[in-house]
Amino acid sequence: MNELIYFFNYVVVAGSVTGCIYAMGAIGVTLIYSILRFAHFAHADMMTLGTFVVLLLTLAFPHAGDALGLPTAIVMLPIAMAVTSLVAVGIDRAFYQPLRAHGVKPIVMVIASLGVTLMLQGLIRLFAGTGAQSLYVDARKEIFRIDLPGITRPIVVTEPQIILFAVTIVAVVGLHLFLTRARLGKAMRAMSDNPDLARASGINTRLIITLTWIIAGSLATLAGTLLSLDVAFKPDLSFFLLLPIFAAAIVGGVGHPYGAIAGGFLVGFAETLAVFNWSVLLRPLRDSLPTWLELPNNLALVGTEYKIVVPFFILVAVLIWRPTGIFKGKVI
Amino acid sequence: MTTPSPRFSSPQPSSSQRRLPARELLLFVGLAVVVLGVFAFMGPAYATRMLVEASCYAILALGLTIQWGYAGQFNAGIMGFVALGGFSATFLSIPVNHAFWASDLPGRLGWVLLAMVAVTAIVFAISRLDRIGVPKLLRTILAIVAGIVGYLVVVSWLRSVTNDIESQVEFIGGLGLPVWLGWIVGGALAGGIGYFIGHICLGLRSDYLVIATLGIAEIIKAFLKNSDWLTRGTATISPLPWPVPAPGEVGFLTARALYLSVTVVMIAVIFFLLHRAYHAPWGRMIRAIRDNEVSAAAMGKSINRRRQEIFVFGCILMGIGGAALTSFNGIFDPQGYLPLNHTFLVLVMVILGGPGNNLGTLFGAVLVYVIWIMSGPLALALMHGVAALGADWFDWQPGNLDSRALQARVFVIGLLILLVLRFAPRGLIPEKVAHHD
Repeated sequence: MNELIYFFNYVVVAGSVTGCIYAMGAIGVTLIYSILRFAHFAHADMMTLGTFVVLLLTLAFPHAGDALGLPTAIVMLPIAMAVTSLVAVGIDRAFYQPLRAHGVKPIVMVIASLGVTLMLQGLIRLFAGTGAQSLYVDARKEIFRIDLPGITRPIVVTEPQIILFAVTIVAVVGLHLFLTRARLGKAMRAMSDNPDLARASGINTRLIITLTWIIAGSLATLAGTLLSLDVAFKPDLSFFLLLPIFAAAIVGGVGHPYGAIAGGFLVGFAETLAVFNWSVLLRPLRDSLPTWLELPNNLALVGTEYKIVVPFFILVAVLIWRPTGIFKGKVI
Repeated sequence: MTTPSPRFSSPQPSSSQRRLPARELLLFVGLAVVVLGVFAFMGPAYATRMLVEASCYAILALGLTIQWGYAGQFNAGIMGFVALGGFSATFLSIPVNHAFWASDLPGRLGWVLLAMVAVTAIVFAISRLDRIGVPKLLRTILAIVAGIVGYLVVVSWLRSVTNDIESQVEFIGGLGLPVWLGWIVGGALAGGIGYFIGHICLGLRSDYLVIATLGIAEIIKAFLKNSDWLTRGTATISPLPWPVPAPGEVGFLTARALYLSVTVVMIAVIFFLLHRAYHAPWGRMIRAIRDNEVSAAAMGKSINRRRQEIFVFGCILMGIGGAALTSFNGIFDPQGYLPLNHTFLVLVMVILGGPGNNLGTLFGAVLVYVIWIMSGPLALALMHGVAALGADWFDWQPGNLDSRALQARVFVIGLLILLVLRFAPRGLIPEKVAHHD
């Protein structure tokens, strides 16, 4: 049983955590894609930016969360979401809007977003340095150990992980309701289906674009902050997120928010399962195995240093066999 | 969204066909003045080193200009191809490690490689089982299971061999072959990886190519960094031999000047070949595909094959350029390959100089590299000034100023990309569109 608990702690919990983060990132990418029709490479850096804003606010008011019994970083989230959304809209107005007005090819927009990536990275590192910083300023991360009867190894869940699951569910349900019930959400879907028709039927496309950036910026802040709360804030966070997020968005079918969620969890679990050492699970069977079959100590599919290969492999596999993604994204 | 016009706005009217290329002359004279200034202020040895590096970057930029400028494919993983070229130059040219070849390790490594080939062949054979009547689902499951099992067996075998190599002989050493052979093989390796990537992505939207190249670059870097048995990983390999007499024999200046002459000859050859290709029917076809894919397809052109060709050509150039750059630096350090230095700097060179215009690309490469090299000390000085002001006014005490100042350059490169895209999308020396009216 100990081995199963180990599996639960290191695969189910860890996979869900990465899955939630990737899902929220991929939703942002996919929304921007379906409205503006380009792959927004600066998305992972928007996550870092949002987290950085949270870090600054937490450093400024380290005890703001005590009254509510939540980590300060969580209390600061709404402000940081607003700031990041504002920055995202600003970037759009300053850099993407003029290019759109020129009617450039989508690939030029992609290059522009790479430029934005570099700018954000440079700014964040200029002010934050390059080291890792914990988002728990003057506070301690709570770790819950749940003991099951008859088993020595407890189930371990941390406070940020629980908050992450709760926030992800709320965000996804909220987004679903918004897209299906609200007037603006329906307008957004209409615009993603056919921009010209949407404009012709009186939808304010400029407003929709602004709204897209606000949603994407807020989700990016949420995901980045909750990830950093669980580990630590690193300025090169985006570097590890970019490829998995895009793999998730493409696996789910580009332009498909629900597909992005599925893709996020798929990529997250694939990563965790690939670096998991399977021989731990097989250890109880060791005595009953035939003698010619010697169990190696390390049965992980890839070493942790090659984790980045997993999303890439998934990406390549999807591009070869099903370029539209699982849920048949619209645009290729 | 597939309007053909946007990339470089509408072509200019061709009223003056054969006038003096005043713009080019002016820009190149200005560049020459800048380079001479560097010679005067920083000394000839430093300036020659800068020129050699700039010329290696120019090869990379020519590689990107045929991908991006000629064909509109954007490669965001130049770093990976550079690293691959650098690895090949290192592996072929450094001296042979006799301890390795005298032991039983080469044989074991050979067996592992054979096993790898065998597993690939078996999995491939299983994936074709449906041709003899096996149900497709069963075939897929069989292929996946065989793949995973074979992979695990080979990898655990490889791990034991590589661990033995690391503990007994440190690493497998090189082949002791001439440097230029390493450069050629580097180009071939990069072209091979480029073929693989292009094969997957070129039929799809151009965004996918960006993601895939970004990913493969990081994977190549991770592989080179973590394969201590092959590359010594973070321990780095140095010195690397040069194709010309080393500085120890003939002095710094002469050696670097000789190296520079080698790279300049390479650029001249590449430039000539590209010029011919650009004006050949093949070049026209490539541009036709870039500017209007649909009508090119309607003319019966095989779009994906042409794209594949051009992508592989570009990657080969990047491999060669990367090999030349690494050989010149004299040290193979997988961690020294950075997306900023080896991908985005090259991108700026191409889009600033003029995508699709070889002369513009050369100009952009040298100019941007000079600015880049000079901006390091400049950023440091600026940062120290700002920090002094900040300390006086707000009691601001930032740590490790130097690394922060270098980060500021990242910001400037990003801003530069955006400004060029916005205000000079055709670059300083734009591509000349021929008109026959």
